[in-house]
Amino acid sequence: MALKLDAKIPAGELAQKWSNHKAAIKVVSPANKRKLDVIIVGTGLGGASAAASLGELGYNVKIFCIQDSPRRAHSIAAQGGINAAKNYQNDNDSVYRLFYDTIKGGDYRAREANVYRLAEVSNLIIDQCVAQGVPFAREYGGLLANRSFGGAQVSRTFYARGQTGQQLLLGAYAALNKEIAAGSVKSYPRHEMLDIVVEDGEAKGIIARNLVTGEIERHGAHAVVIATGGYGNVFFLSTNAMASNGSAAFQCYRKGAGFANPCFTQIHPTCIPVHGDQQSKLTLMSESLRNDGRIWVPKKIEDVQAIRTGAKKPSDIAEEDRDYYLERRYPAFGNLVPRDVASRAAKERCDAGFGVNETGLAVFLDFKTAIERLGKEVIKQRYGNLFDMYEEITDVSPYEEPMQIFPAVHYTMGGIWVDYNLMTTIPGLYAIGEANFSDHGANRLGASALMQGLADGYFVLPYTIGDYLSHKIQAPKVDTDTPAFAEAEKAVKEKIAKLFAIKGEKSVDDIHKQLGHIMWENVGMARTKESLEKAIVEIQALRKEFWKDVKLVGEENEFNVELEKALRLADFLELGELMARDALNREESCGGHFRSEHQTEEGEAKRDDENFVYAAVWEYKGMDQAPELTKEPLNFEFVHPAQRNYKD
Amino acid sequence: MNFTLKIWRQKDAKSKGAFETYKVENISPDTSFLEMLDILNNDLIHAGKEPVAFDHDCREGICGMCSLHIDGHAHGPGQAATTCQIYMRKFRDGATITVEPWRSAAFPVIKDLVVNRSAYDQILQAGGFISVRTNSVPDANAIPIAKADADESMDAAACIGCGACAATCKNGSAMLFVAARVSSLAKLPQGRVEGARRAKAMVAKMDELGFGNCTNTGACQAECPKSISIAHIARLNREFLSAKFED
Amino acid sequence: MSCFLCNSSLGKKLVMSISGCVLVLFILFHMSMNLTAIFSPEAYNTICELLGANWYALVATAGLAAIVAIHFIYAIVLTLNNYRARGAQRYEVTVKEPGVAWASKNMLVLGFIVLGGLALHLFNFWAKMQLVELTGNHVNSLGLAPTDGATLIAYTFSKWYYVVIYLVWFAALWFHLTHGVWSMFQTVGWANDTWYPRLKCISNIVATIVFLGFAAVVAIYFAKSLCPCCAGIC
Repeated sequence: MALKLDAKIPAGELAQKWSNHKAAIKVVSPANKRKLDVIIVGTGLGGASAAASLGELGYNVKIFCIQDSPRRAHSIAAQGGINAAKNYQNDNDSVYRLFYDTIKGGDYRAREANVYRLAEVSNLIIDQCVAQGVPFAREYGGLLANRSFGGAQVSRTFYARGQTGQQLLLGAYAALNKEIAAGSVKSYPRHEMLDIVVEDGEAKGIIARNLVTGEIERHGAHAVVIATGGYGNVFFLSTNAMASNGSAAFQCYRKGAGFANPCFTQIHPTCIPVHGDQQSKLTLMSESLRNDGRIWVPKKIEDVQAIRTGAKKPSDIAEEDRDYYLERRYPAFGNLVPRDVASRAAKERCDAGFGVNETGLAVFLDFKTAIERLGKEVIKQRYGNLFDMYEEITDVSPYEEPMQIFPAVHYTMGGIWVDYNLMTTIPGLYAIGEANFSDHGANRLGASALMQGLADGYFVLPYTIGDYLSHKIQAPKVDTDTPAFAEAEKAVKEKIAKLFAIKGEKSVDDIHKQLGHIMWENVGMARTKESLEKAIVEIQALRKEFWKDVKLVGEENEFNVELEKALRLADFLELGELMARDALNREESCGGHFRSEHQTEEGEAKRDDENFVYAAVWEYKGMDQAPELTKEPLNFEFVHPAQRNYKD
Repeated sequence: MNFTLKIWRQKDAKSKGAFETYKVENISPDTSFLEMLDILNNDLIHAGKEPVAFDHDCREGICGMCSLHIDGHAHGPGQAATTCQIYMRKFRDGATITVEPWRSAAFPVIKDLVVNRSAYDQILQAGGFISVRTNSVPDANAIPIAKADADESMDAAACIGCGACAATCKNGSAMLFVAARVSSLAKLPQGRVEGARRAKAMVAKMDELGFGNCTNTGACQAECPKSISIAHIARLNREFLSAKFED
Repeated sequence: MSCFLCNSSLGKKLVMSISGCVLVLFILFHMSMNLTAIFSPEAYNTICELLGANWYALVATAGLAAIVAIHFIYAIVLTLNNYRARGAQRYEVTVKEPGVAWASKNMLVLGFIVLGGLALHLFNFWAKMQLVELTGNHVNSLGLAPTDGATLIAYTFSKWYYVVIYLVWFAALWFHLTHGVWSMFQTVGWANDTWYPRLKCISNIVATIVFLGFAAVVAIYFAKSLCPCCAGIC
């Protein structure tokens, strides 16, 4: 049976949809809110802001995170900034322009109504954060400062040095702490959700593992919110934190929630290149660097050779021998083209043999012009900490020589399918932030992830969840002593026992690295029918190998990192295949999804608006069964999809 | 490069721990300290032994999850860096490196090098916030804030809550952590409103949780991976004392 | 109020700061008084007479004793707290962090040395001066008048071992003050990044003045005892 997808997009004019919807949906009285329980999994910007807001409203909230404190969620690592349509710079920004840039940046694969709502509430986010004490950068007059980011021609990005994500998360975490102190939110750090419990077709709670004691716990609630971020770590090497994983979202998918556009992966253009096979993760250099940095490779192949052998330093290459390829190809946006475009352009140059390090997989990001124009002091003020970080890692000072950068997996636009209310196909189960698929289409613009996480958590979910919970005011406390809970708990325990019973030869990381390699080679920046079919076969084989040959040490009833990693990898091994299948199905190039068969003569992504203006929503059919596809058509009523043009 | 590692192993909070010695070989100088531990752990797993448990997550110096007391330094050798930002080129080839968990009564060991830092969360829950409700706030530009104040607030807000300050302090004092939050909010008009209440509540919670007293050694500032200044402690003292004298 | 001075860590430190401040002021006063002995033993004795068993001197002495006691008791209480806070398991390897002064980590030990010196000092001088007057006697154990401070100084510092002990004592005090003086500003919150170098400089100056002032008297009287002519008495 195919999934029934009702996006529940309100009728009416674009600008009126959200206010009309808010007026139409039900609310829960304060007395009744006290009787209702909500579970939130994940404490990043989405989870923490939702928990704080719901707690404040009077619901009983339980919040779970795998780290030792809610403050450590990976939102904290976002560097550059957060977008909002404040128009403080008087550069003719508006809600509509932010909406338009986001839809266009997403290559016309997102829902108009969701994106418009995102742009609409963006301004409230900045107000909220300032009131919480987020120390955004300011001008001498005391007002907020802005900078520009990729994919926009206005300066609408608010920032706090290179630590915007940290500051926003600390704001949300502080709001969460306020509610924990008030008793409305109960926090469960070092707990990992291992299954979602669905009873009578509705989400009723979760099964979680206490990561310190290994105890398997049941937690019931009237609604469950998944805010566990993205699944970029399927590639092993990514800019995600080591523990970031797709397991919570994957359990929802296994229990019947649709998973949308899994192949939409963002490859971030400015990361420090891979240096060896023992590397554990990739480090992002903020997109803000592209405000002042210029990206280039040498024009002459002999200069490339000279740089690789060390015969020449990058700074020795004369200006006329440098190919500022982004400025050449995209004069209107130059170095500030969207991430997918910048990443592919870097790949194109490296594939052509112009990669500037030993592996041939790096391009230069150069601050020479900016230092000449603004002086070293100004550059130091703007990017000092990033430059120091770069030098610490690579032993090269970006003040003297250009940085070397290369694209790396960064963000997943795909995720659990949700309707306009952020509810999944399972009633009572919600997904917010990066965990859902809704707002970024096929490519996310810089500084929009923070915006979406906080928009969902502060300003959307607290309203829309009330609509569902208003039907639950008569419902008693969720009983966790039911067959559904017992069955879910049993399944989790059996899975753990099965993993320990394998007693194979390979460590979890060994297999994860293999998976990452398959994914990066075949489901990475450029995909073909052949590579994707190959990936599916290889992942299936690797999955078999995992279940036959993985080696776990230690015990289940203790702090056991290997077990945690194995459980996550088991899901990645299925998720990877799903991504490949989705990419295979999508016979077009759009945003972060580039099918080499579908490109223009100039090598740009070629969308197929005849056949693929839809969100591909997959339904789980079993570990070794092909999932079933349902399409949610995207209706563009207000903007007209056109080929993205960043040239003029 | 080759190293001998002397690492604290402890099965769980109740067990007694001890140092164990391991050797790692052929480590590239560009390997990070935690990647070196990954390599050791992978070897241990293949040998059927339990890997060394240590906290880590973002590996780019911002989440505050990594800890480790390496050769006597919180977060190892190197200024203004977390453990995950330490590269093996910082060590001498052939060196013996001693790795210990944070040692502080308020941070009990959970396993091996992993400690429980929930005390820091509890201190912030006592008052490390501005009590505003979602959506009941003025426009972001309604209150101008001098750039210098915003910058100083940001200096303090850079704290990642890793626990190095209390772990390094010979008194096990959490003053730098508490001060960073109090000071960051005290520099903003929004935070001034409940400044007195915040300072008193957070200091009271810090005392209650068994952290020690600041004796102004400045060791915390020297080992802080974000180089947070003890000037913020002075501000906390000022905030607290003026609040108390107003009582 | 009284409550937070006993219960709160910051309150206890305020007590340390203020009692420390009073003691520093007293030490500066005592040092100035001592310097008189170098230039004029008679003038010094006049001061001794003034500060004999008079009511104001006795009140001040009692107050001073109380402050020393408070400073000491609070130091012990705080240190015990700190020891507990450090936890049962100590670090295997410890280092001196860059920029951290040795004195700052050893204030209690320095305090004990200072206290030990003080006990000796009370035995050497106070017990032979104010205490004698208090007990209604007119000569002390050395057969001197209790107000004849200058002779007492000359007697004490003719003994080389007292000279050594007193110099060690002053050195400990120097270390104690280099950290203590700026610390008392930090504790009451009168410090910031601009002022740290200045405050630390002031601390060093105060500590050095105190050391030199006290040591000068000891050194000069020791020199006099070795060779009266060198001191220009002949």
